[in-house]
Amino acid sequence: MSDQKVETLESVVIRFAGDSGDGMQLMGDRFTNTAALVGNDLGTFPDFPAEIRAPAGSLAGVSAFQLQFSSRDIFTPGDNLDVLVAMNPAALKMHIKDLKAGGILIANKSNFTAKNLKLAVWESNPLEDDSLNDYQVHDIEISRLVVNAMEDMDVTSKTVERTKNFFGLGLLYWMYGRPMEPTVEWLEKKFKKRPELIEANTRALKAGYNFGDITESFAVQYEVGPAPLEPGTYRNITGNYATGLGLVAAAQNSKRPLYYGGYPITPASDILHQLSHYRNFGVKTFQAEDEIAGVGSAVGAAFAGSLAVTASSGPGICLKGEVIGLAVITELPLVVINVQRAGPSTGMPTKTEQADLFLAMYGRNGESPAPVLAPSTPGDCFFTTHEACRIALKYMTPVFVLTDAFLANGSEPWMIPSLDDIPPIDSSFAEMRDGQYMPYERDEETLAREWAIPGMAGLEHRIGGLEREHISGNVSYDPDNHDLMVRLRAEKVAGMTREIPPTEVYGDATGDLLVLGWGSTFGAIRTSVEALRSEGKSVSHTHLKWLNPLPADLGEHLLKFQKVLIPEVNSGQLIKLIRSEFLIDAEGLNLVRGKPFRKSQIIAKMKEIL
Amino acid sequence: MTETDVPTLTRKDFVSDQDVRWCPGCGDYSILAQTQKTMPELGVPKEKFVFVAGIGCSSRFPYYMDTFGFHTIHGRAPAIASGVKLANPDLSVWVITGDGDALSIGGNHLIHLLRRNLDINIVLFNNEIYGLTKGQYSPTSEFGKKTKSSPFGSLDRPFNPPSVALGTQSTFVARTVDSNTAHLQASLKRAYEHKGTSFLEVYQNCLIYNDGAFSHVTDKAVKDDNILDLQHGQPMVFGGEGDKGIRLDGFTAEVVTVGKDVSMDDLLVHDEHDKNLAAILANFTEDESLPTPLGVIFSEEQPNYEALMTKQIESAKEKLGEGDLQQLIIGTDTWEVA
Repeated sequence: MSDQKVETLESVVIRFAGDSGDGMQLMGDRFTNTAALVGNDLGTFPDFPAEIRAPAGSLAGVSAFQLQFSSRDIFTPGDNLDVLVAMNPAALKMHIKDLKAGGILIANKSNFTAKNLKLAVWESNPLEDDSLNDYQVHDIEISRLVVNAMEDMDVTSKTVERTKNFFGLGLLYWMYGRPMEPTVEWLEKKFKKRPELIEANTRALKAGYNFGDITESFAVQYEVGPAPLEPGTYRNITGNYATGLGLVAAAQNSKRPLYYGGYPITPASDILHQLSHYRNFGVKTFQAEDEIAGVGSAVGAAFAGSLAVTASSGPGICLKGEVIGLAVITELPLVVINVQRAGPSTGMPTKTEQADLFLAMYGRNGESPAPVLAPSTPGDCFFTTHEACRIALKYMTPVFVLTDAFLANGSEPWMIPSLDDIPPIDSSFAEMRDGQYMPYERDEETLAREWAIPGMAGLEHRIGGLEREHISGNVSYDPDNHDLMVRLRAEKVAGMTREIPPTEVYGDATGDLLVLGWGSTFGAIRTSVEALRSEGKSVSHTHLKWLNPLPADLGEHLLKFQKVLIPEVNSGQLIKLIRSEFLIDAEGLNLVRGKPFRKSQIIAKMKEIL
Repeated sequence: MTETDVPTLTRKDFVSDQDVRWCPGCGDYSILAQTQKTMPELGVPKEKFVFVAGIGCSSRFPYYMDTFGFHTIHGRAPAIASGVKLANPDLSVWVITGDGDALSIGGNHLIHLLRRNLDINIVLFNNEIYGLTKGQYSPTSEFGKKTKSSPFGSLDRPFNPPSVALGTQSTFVARTVDSNTAHLQASLKRAYEHKGTSFLEVYQNCLIYNDGAFSHVTDKAVKDDNILDLQHGQPMVFGGEGDKGIRLDGFTAEVVTVGKDVSMDDLLVHDEHDKNLAAILANFTEDESLPTPLGVIFSEEQPNYEALMTKQIESAKEKLGEGDLQQLIIGTDTWEVA
């Protein structure tokens, strides 16, 4: 409407919340996609329960999707909400505390029935009492309005009810001046064979849009302009998807066939799903009988010359430990991706955590060193996974990649890399010298042994989990040899510091406080450090991709700051490595809530230290 | 490489430079020797053999074969071998395992390899005891067996390995004996020739911890009366005099004497493709009045997992074209930032 007031905002944080079956993730996906097409920078965070369909209306069944979209460069899905869409009383109960005072609440009034209120443990209907006075409440009978919109259509009432997420989406599109076309096109593609679903969902979408346009309950429309992103072609990408692409790219760059052995586990299964589609890339995926067989088959494939990969989450990585030890002693290339989730034990399978760093470092019997890398953003999962593959092949070693549920399911706009910019991977095989092959002869610089695979005539050899004799690879119980082999395996990993680029410090190179992070805390830390720097505080940020070995120059950077703060979504793991390695009195910020850090939490801690 | 290009190989080509360290007199020596004799006859280039083993006395086997070999970890050989075979279906992959390795700690991997039917040959050395850990009862030890870990007698009911294999949809189940060299060689050959997972149980004598466990089928004085040598399409005859036979009474097998009341025509004829018959034969060892069947208990042709995988890859490439990585990375929803 021409006389509608339009207000320009820099960033908006929205959370969609409803029953697991209400289509909240889909609604989030579509809004994200449209925001990306409009040119916003964005960050997303799907947050769903482990139960696939908990009882409708129950608190346990609430599924949510949060996104922040912005006209500037942002690094997180945001903290407090500007807008909460609550499809039922349970969703309202679970999420209202995160809505900013004065924030917008859109509630599906139709679902605030006595039964649903009771299920969500509301004593009275919050839409009718004073409990929501701090917010701009829009209670809309979405379920009834979609029925009206589809009156003349021959569709089941269930189908109609299922379109209510598109009504909500339409309303938000109107509020933020977004085009509907990309979503309609998506529906047309998605439901090619179900025209009635295209029609029903499109009608709901438009009904929502028109509801905003026609009713006078919304005084303002908002505008969030495009962000000044680096020029290029972008796509939206989740961490898990980027991980899968990184593997395929590494296989192509190393000219080794990709073999993936795994077992379904939240939140890593998507990697298996994705790779299983890539048969035309020659990718072999093997859904094994258990986690052990998943990684076991990968080690077998590595022995036979594949780029071998397994992925899992904490409980599965525990089970794989013995096989990973076998890859350590047989010095075979193997990439182990741990999409970390909240533990211990089954813990909270869909919630994020960074508590498996020690598992990667030390979770095997004997002296069993392996390099550990961690990506910092969803898009970085591509590059870090690719790098892990390169290291595995170059050094003949298992390599850990530590992502987590936040990175895996979260998404961001990603500037699509050109294949020409991705470093090639050398994966050469052994050659016979003087008529024989010594399986444990090592490269002088990297200490990597040479790879000879079945089918190579004259290079027949035996390897195994028993201690190997230096050079010959024969079984050996010699005490001096064992000591030597323990040292060689450790030195091989320690020597990978040569692969690590110089440590980057965001902000000044010296100062009062350096915030040191790893993995998915990147966005929250960077945003917090930016905020304090704009207040003139002497704060800098360094983020580690390599956790084992640590960068050779890290120590000198740490010493240039009065204090070092290490925020981690665990009880303090990197901090113990840093303290023992560099003997500095770093401080920790440790919140283990199954959720990523909020900016406010990090800022509060930094202010306490400064 | 076609078969005609294969250089003539001999037993010696398969003997590695490592000293064999099994106890003197162990049944493993014979299995090793028969394997080294049989492999050159299979027409496979030496570099295409891979021997994968788990943990246990038998699992040291790969060190003694001058082929590619992988001595892995306890129970996991079938999983690791699956990866080898899937990565390169052109290889001849052998899993060497024992009763503890395959049926106890590795039971899960064994059953799933069998049901998937990769073209891998499993040779299970069954000595009904844990040898390497010095004499505890195994999952095939008899009920009540007194061992180091069961001084009052084992409370475990034993597995019957062929029955386990048949229960997994296995496509090839056979049994042989370590000391019967000709039968062992023939069995290895049959296992190799079967296109699918072959399950070959080898009765293997552990001289130290379970000596004589299989004397009923190895002791010259009695073995002929205790062995039923299965021959496809042949009536089931056995005994030193060749006058004993097997007849079916309903679903129950019984021993009859050929001659007086029973003619050869009344005897059960072995059909290795008959799954019901295989189940009956597998159960013979649980009835003391029946002889122990040796030879191929069951075989059938079923698609191989790795061949199906190759087919999926080929047809995906045909349908979608060779994967274009740059296009994959670009995806379907992109936008330009100028």
